[in-house]
Amino acid sequence: MNLQNLTQDKTYCTVLTALASVTLLIPLCNLIFPEDSALHFSAYSVSLIGKYLTFALLGLSLDMVWGYAGILVLGQGAFFALGGYAMGMYLMRQIGTRGVYGNAELPDFMVFLNWTELPWYWYGFGNFGFAMLMVLLAPGLLAFVFGWLAFRSRVTGVYLSIITQALTYALLLAFFRNEMGFGGNNGLTDFKDILGFNIQSEAVRSVLLLMTGLSLIGALLLCRWIGNSKLGRVVTAIRDQESRVRFLGYRVELFKLWVFVFAAMLAGLAGALYVPQVGIINPSEFSPLNSLEIVIWVAVGGRGTLYGAIIGAVLVNYAKTVLTGLMPDAWLFCLGGAFILVTLLMPDGIVGLLRRRIKLKPTPNATRGQPA
Amino acid sequence: MTLNLPKKDLKTPFRQRSTASLAATPDFVTTTSQWLGQRWRGVFKSFLVLAVLLLLILALPVSAQTADAFALALEQIRQGSMVEREQAIESLVADSRSLKLLQALQDGKLFDLKAESKLVIGSESSLGYQLTDAISGENLPEVERSAVGKINLTNKLRSTLRKVIGQLQLNVDDADARLIAVKAMIKDIDDKSLELLRTRLIQEQDAKVRAAIEQVLLIKDLDSQDKTARIAAITALKEHNSQDAANRLQTLTEKDADGEFLEADSDIRNLAEAALVTINGRLKTYAAIETVFFGLSLGAVLVLSAIGLAITFGVMGIINMAHGELMMLGAYTTYVMQQLMPNYLGTALIVSIPMAFLVAALVGIAIERGVIRFLYGRPLETLLATFGVSLFLQQAVRSIFSPLNRSVSTPEWMSGSWQINDFLSLTWNRFYILVFCLLVFTALLQILKRTKLGLEVRAVAQNRGMARAMGIPTARVDAMTFGLGSGIAGVAGVALSQITNVGPNLGQAYIVDSFMVVVFGGVGNLFGTLVAGFTLGIANKVLEPYAGAVLAKILVLVFIILFIQKKPRGLFPQKGRAAES
Repeated sequence: MNLQNLTQDKTYCTVLTALASVTLLIPLCNLIFPEDSALHFSAYSVSLIGKYLTFALLGLSLDMVWGYAGILVLGQGAFFALGGYAMGMYLMRQIGTRGVYGNAELPDFMVFLNWTELPWYWYGFGNFGFAMLMVLLAPGLLAFVFGWLAFRSRVTGVYLSIITQALTYALLLAFFRNEMGFGGNNGLTDFKDILGFNIQSEAVRSVLLLMTGLSLIGALLLCRWIGNSKLGRVVTAIRDQESRVRFLGYRVELFKLWVFVFAAMLAGLAGALYVPQVGIINPSEFSPLNSLEIVIWVAVGGRGTLYGAIIGAVLVNYAKTVLTGLMPDAWLFCLGGAFILVTLLMPDGIVGLLRRRIKLKPTPNATRGQPA
Repeated sequence: MTLNLPKKDLKTPFRQRSTASLAATPDFVTTTSQWLGQRWRGVFKSFLVLAVLLLLILALPVSAQTADAFALALEQIRQGSMVEREQAIESLVADSRSLKLLQALQDGKLFDLKAESKLVIGSESSLGYQLTDAISGENLPEVERSAVGKINLTNKLRSTLRKVIGQLQLNVDDADARLIAVKAMIKDIDDKSLELLRTRLIQEQDAKVRAAIEQVLLIKDLDSQDKTARIAAITALKEHNSQDAANRLQTLTEKDADGEFLEADSDIRNLAEAALVTINGRLKTYAAIETVFFGLSLGAVLVLSAIGLAITFGVMGIINMAHGELMMLGAYTTYVMQQLMPNYLGTALIVSIPMAFLVAALVGIAIERGVIRFLYGRPLETLLATFGVSLFLQQAVRSIFSPLNRSVSTPEWMSGSWQINDFLSLTWNRFYILVFCLLVFTALLQILKRTKLGLEVRAVAQNRGMARAMGIPTARVDAMTFGLGSGIAGVAGVALSQITNVGPNLGQAYIVDSFMVVVFGGVGNLFGTLVAGFTLGIANKVLEPYAGAVLAKILVLVFIILFIQKKPRGLFPQKGRAAES
């Protein structure tokens, strides 16, 4: 990792410091200060900030594949939800006999559906390590199969965007079915504990926030490193001039596939961190609208800048929380307006605006490429 | 063709009664007496009634006599013993006026108005009963519960009543009502009603009713003692498309609990089995026709929703994610039109076709001028911006109307179904949508082929720079093309309002599907869109019985995803220079 380069980039330093302080200070404030203190963060806000950070991680994953490789994925939410389901399955197995029906073998919804034995794909999810493996493998595998087929036959641009949307739509319909064995409409919920600790307790929530923050910082550094590596440069070149890179002798489809799978795994990780903090995972996470919201986070923040995606995700979601609380009707107007204004007026997002204002030195990867 | 309209069924006795009261004098007697009784209650009442009655009796002794018989029967129903009641009901078979009265009796709505000693039909109201005169249908004042006594029935009376009503219905003027009456008789048939059917068959003019009566007689023949008659009946029933006939033949081939055949005669049994095979074969054919029809109608919906997209996406290359919301606007236009003229639902629906086109086209042009024109050549940005527009429109509709679904009514001529025979019926609304889809498609094709706008659209699509060099105002053509595509989305919305819920999410449900249709058919190819829409519709409906609706949809989606990977440019890819871009 090119540390010297990193310390010279002031924006990165600022974002990283901010992230690190949020990650460390909020859990500490929550745990150390008593509840009536002004510095105390309530369990609610800890969960809320934790949720924002998982969204930031999700936005980062999309920025990797859209900002760097120029593949506009309208189904990134599908990978997020798959990771979430893997985590949810582990948490369901942890409930044990404490469910409504008190069945040690089967989760409640299966008892309700009169199932007699656990489906084979639920095997092993009682084990935390295996579940974590599946958090990365399930989305990764789906992305691998889908991407391998798509990139090999050179499906690009809007076609790819639309079929990724169809993919998440198909998964949405599939997970709504009770026969799938993932809880159908209600999804997985009523979690009790994680690794033996009560999932409702403030300490566990603080630790989850800490883990999310650390994952985000790690992922940001990793993405930056990949972006600056030779691999990242080839990928950026593919975004800007795909056929030229192919003529130079690079196996374009393999590079794209690599980035696509990597981003899917990152999204899966984000989903896995999201589920214990909000306490539920259901098929609506697969809805095409959710995936499009991720795109708007990245677009608002500034595409192809990595930290822009984080800023965008946190800002848009904060706005969403505030607006849906204050006047629920206005939220979709704002979201719709944001889509239009950002694409028309600030193609580089907030980061682009700031750069122009402060005249920051643009990072090597932040050049806005050709339309993909 | 039979239209099973509940409303029409209600109307039938109405029309029946009005013609009867015009034609038959005795009706006039009773109505007049009542009319007078209403107006001049008191001293003159009885005198006037008597005078009028006397006058008529003197003038028309014959009809007065039948009037007497009718009145006597009514009187017996009102206060006679159960035996007398039964006789009275049976005597009413000859009189077509009694149908409504007997039906009310069957439904337990016939009452004895104690104060005036006459039969009334009552429906429950807040005060007690809302009454109408049992014979004239005239509205009477509302009374309390205690003022009337219900005419009671025994089970025996009920079955007599059912038969009498069935026989009366056999002779009504409306052919549809007769058909229903014949079908109702199959379930409970005796020698007397058989006799009635035979007499009716001689004078029956309507082919459908004739066929139905013949079928009943044939089914009855199966039970006869004469073997040749039974064989003839089976041979004839083989050609009938009737569920009743099939069920009856089925019982001929079944075994009882001991493994003995219910039917002793093996010739009959074998014949019945052979006939069943033939019928079931036809049944399968009809089922296949029905599946294809359902597929075509689903396909028509897909084509309608995709065809506008085929213009904006296929010809212009614009990804319009707000396309579904333009359809939603069309559907809401229909809703508004129906609100504006609630008494003319059918006209409102017709008027809303051009209105929806206008509304959606104007919104489309506004989107093109306001957003899309700044983004030409940047498809991904267009996708995002139009998605923003779609969210905006959704929320606008939610704020203006309501987040809840609005109900758009279906006009009478579009509801119900086309009952071809027992095994095959096609719903009218689906049928009309199929026709509508083909009309819209043809119209669009003609616009693109024969009008100046069409020529310009094709020129700009093929080579923008060259078109501009030839003096075509490309910017205006872009706006018009987008308006055309959007307008067609609006028209599709009118059709959708007839088969699905009109709500803010209507568009979202169709957007993925319609993109799939366009991409599957091949971008820039209208015929491809048509073929793709119908193919996907039929594929969906063929898979549905095996996989269930949701899984069928998923399978079709997965199929398209795989198909696009194999042939990225769809079923009918563009060839030549246009394909390069």
